[in-house]
Amino acid sequence: MARRIKIPATKYPVDRFTLANGLRVVLTPDRSAPVVGVAVVYDVGIRSEPEGRTGFAHLFEHLMFQGSENLEKLAHFRHVQGAGGTFNGSTHLDYTDYFEVLPSGALERALFLEADRMRGPRLTEENLLNQINVVKEEIRVNVLNRPYGGFPWLRLPPVMFSTFPNAHDGYGSFGDLDSATVADAQAFFDRYYACGNATLSVAGDFDVATATAMIHRHFGDVPARPAPPLPDFDEPDLTSERRDVYTDRLAPLPGVASAWRVPDPINDFDDYLPFVVLAEVLTDGDASRLVERLVQRDRIVTSIGGYIGFMGDEFQVRNPTALLVQAHMPPGGDAEKVLRTVDEELDRLSTDGLAPGELDRVQARIATHLLRDTDPVLGRALPMAVLELQRGRPEMLNELPKLVGEVTEAQIVAAAATLRPSRRATVEVLPGAAA
Amino acid sequence: MSKTLPDLIPDAKLKLPKEAERTLAGGLTVIAIRRTSVPLVELRLRVPFGKAPLPRATLLSQALFSGTGALSSVEIAAELQAVGGGLSAGLDPDRLVVSGNSLASGLDRMLEILADVLTDATYPNDEVATERDRLVDHIQVALTQPSHLARAALLKRMFGKHPYAVQTPEPEQVRGVRPAQLRTLHAERVRPEGAVLVLVGDINPEKAIDAAEKALGSWTGPAKIVEVPPTPPLEPGPLLLVDRPGAVQSSLRMALPALERTDPDYAALQLANLVFGGYFSSRWVENMREDKGYTYGPHTGIEHFHAGSALVVSAEVATEVTGPSLLETRYELGRIASLPPGEEELEQARRYALGTLRLGMSTQAGLAGLASMYASFGLRLDYLRQYSASLATASREQVAEVATRFLAPTKAVTVVLGDADRVESSLAALTTVERSAE
Repeated sequence: MARRIKIPATKYPVDRFTLANGLRVVLTPDRSAPVVGVAVVYDVGIRSEPEGRTGFAHLFEHLMFQGSENLEKLAHFRHVQGAGGTFNGSTHLDYTDYFEVLPSGALERALFLEADRMRGPRLTEENLLNQINVVKEEIRVNVLNRPYGGFPWLRLPPVMFSTFPNAHDGYGSFGDLDSATVADAQAFFDRYYACGNATLSVAGDFDVATATAMIHRHFGDVPARPAPPLPDFDEPDLTSERRDVYTDRLAPLPGVASAWRVPDPINDFDDYLPFVVLAEVLTDGDASRLVERLVQRDRIVTSIGGYIGFMGDEFQVRNPTALLVQAHMPPGGDAEKVLRTVDEELDRLSTDGLAPGELDRVQARIATHLLRDTDPVLGRALPMAVLELQRGRPEMLNELPKLVGEVTEAQIVAAAATLRPSRRATVEVLPGAAA
Repeated sequence: MSKTLPDLIPDAKLKLPKEAERTLAGGLTVIAIRRTSVPLVELRLRVPFGKAPLPRATLLSQALFSGTGALSSVEIAAELQAVGGGLSAGLDPDRLVVSGNSLASGLDRMLEILADVLTDATYPNDEVATERDRLVDHIQVALTQPSHLARAALLKRMFGKHPYAVQTPEPEQVRGVRPAQLRTLHAERVRPEGAVLVLVGDINPEKAIDAAEKALGSWTGPAKIVEVPPTPPLEPGPLLLVDRPGAVQSSLRMALPALERTDPDYAALQLANLVFGGYFSSRWVENMREDKGYTYGPHTGIEHFHAGSALVVSAEVATEVTGPSLLETRYELGRIASLPPGEEELEQARRYALGTLRLGMSTQAGLAGLASMYASFGLRLDYLRQYSASLATASREQVAEVATRFLAPTKAVTVVLGDADRVESSLAALTTVERSAE
């Protein structure tokens, strides 16, 4: 085995300040390309939506694009794209983000647009109905009209969790979406879209003093509203295995996914991080434990993947969350056999430890992934906004490759030993379509 | 109180990264580009593969890394990982494409492993059998995906008997491929002649090319040169309706003629495409999504193959509004083909096209993809200057003229995949419909 390769680090500068109204700001300048990324993140997500309003956090995200104090419907899109930029937003379990990437000369325009909707979106009956229809089409594309729709991110939480915030369908039922009202939307905005409950981050080609002045100019008069209390969504770990099985009428092949609870990603970060590395030891590439055994040697799955967080956002999720392993099987595949073999490999790992060089190479590859993710300006603006929101530590983005590199074999072995069948939630998908 | 939208600060002149290029003795062209933003390097290799027998070529792309004389598939993956690296292969109708990346300090090692695979892939029987079964399973899943089925039906209608008409092999054809056939295909076609390797990252371009030359100097031998014939003209004909019983959405696809990148009118066509449907703030997307709520992510784009280009229109629409969606699509095509675009909407599209070019160049991966794609059409990154200038100067009249020539609804090949019994009558009210026999 070659000598261990040195894991490099980034040195993105980080400037932080808080406006008088409570908005937290992160600036990370980089003049190497003439582009900027702007991200605004609100501390509300799928877990906070009320019962009877499944899918509301996501629906509300759509409504934030439908016009605001000084902007007609369609204006936001046109102003961003007419500046040569792109935009989007996304709803996660614990936060909702809004972002633009633009040529650097459009920075002030993007700040104006974000500030305007932070003061308040235009919530109308017509826009609500229009976006309910759009969201239904989104759900049809991503869940209802395709094989394996929602597998496992919508299918596992109700098996693993017992409380509504953690267990419910974050895309929402059509019934709940149809009953959403403008008054619901206004109440949701009033409660959660407070500037004290948000972070703004700007990455890329700008001068810090100039950008700071722009931010004061545009966000300074957003009315101060405090953040609502942060709920604790914790629930007890499983003490015996939970299982579910369903038939997907569009799926030609069987599949199975399991999840195990992991330590609190924020308050217990040192114990949590080994699980992030473990997931890659198990499933990153042909030389990983589970791919080598189940795909190459035993040939009982056609693909297998492991990751943390139901939405794959391991450094942007709060407790409770899980390590997931999902596999697709050949025709007639046996989920029991797959689970048994995964257990065997976990036993082998916790009994015999890692092979020489195994941890080093996995850490090197994770470092590449982490570094590569930060290359686009948005790959800095977004995670730094979330790290500021959830941890008050945006500079952690620079530290992650090194922290991953410091995880030890003993920690990996200890983490693997916790993934017992009795703590597992499993969902099996049976093929309902002819292969 | 009303507030004023801040003005834009005009873009600085387009700045191209530092690069170097060398064609090696074996015929491989190496392009190395310096962008030091993160301590990584991106790798793209494109090898001409036009008209290669589809089942074999597809399986070859899946099994390329399954073993060499020196290394097993697991060892290849482990050795790459050790330098933070990973490589994978894919196939398009013109090329075999290898993509990957590693820590910048691992470039030499990644190139050595790539060279080992290119010069000494052995396609071991067991590993090939595994990859063959996996590929068959993968195709079975694709055959249940509406996006795949609609695309396959559209390609057949677009290309008829041309080799581009089928881009995914049948499971049965894949099952019949033997490892020896992969070895033969590899020997014939995985050759440096006409191939382009692009390296982008935290590298010294000259030194990176030296490293590529050192590692890949042993990759030699003539390639079997196969020309793909030009694509046939589109034949609009009746709307092809492909049945997918029980579908809750219909997949609407249209193909229109288009120009190749280097055509003097290409920039104008791209602007016409944007005004029509090529970005969110286009007429068609605003109409179909933001006004009617028929669809979530409608999009259009110009696709370039080596032997021809086409403009493809795609939307997944609710089953009950399939007819109305076709109506709005044809209306918007008719409008862009008949009337010149407004000044402001053209400027908006122009700024979008110019701005997103810069966004695309701002990352190592973006630059690598762009440089590799351009190179496979014989272009270099400096072509961006010319293209930007064409985008900046295309006039309303020019855009209107190409829109008339290329975006008229009468020129469209149309395919709808959906629950035929539920959507046929509403489609038939608008156009002649022919049900797919399959």
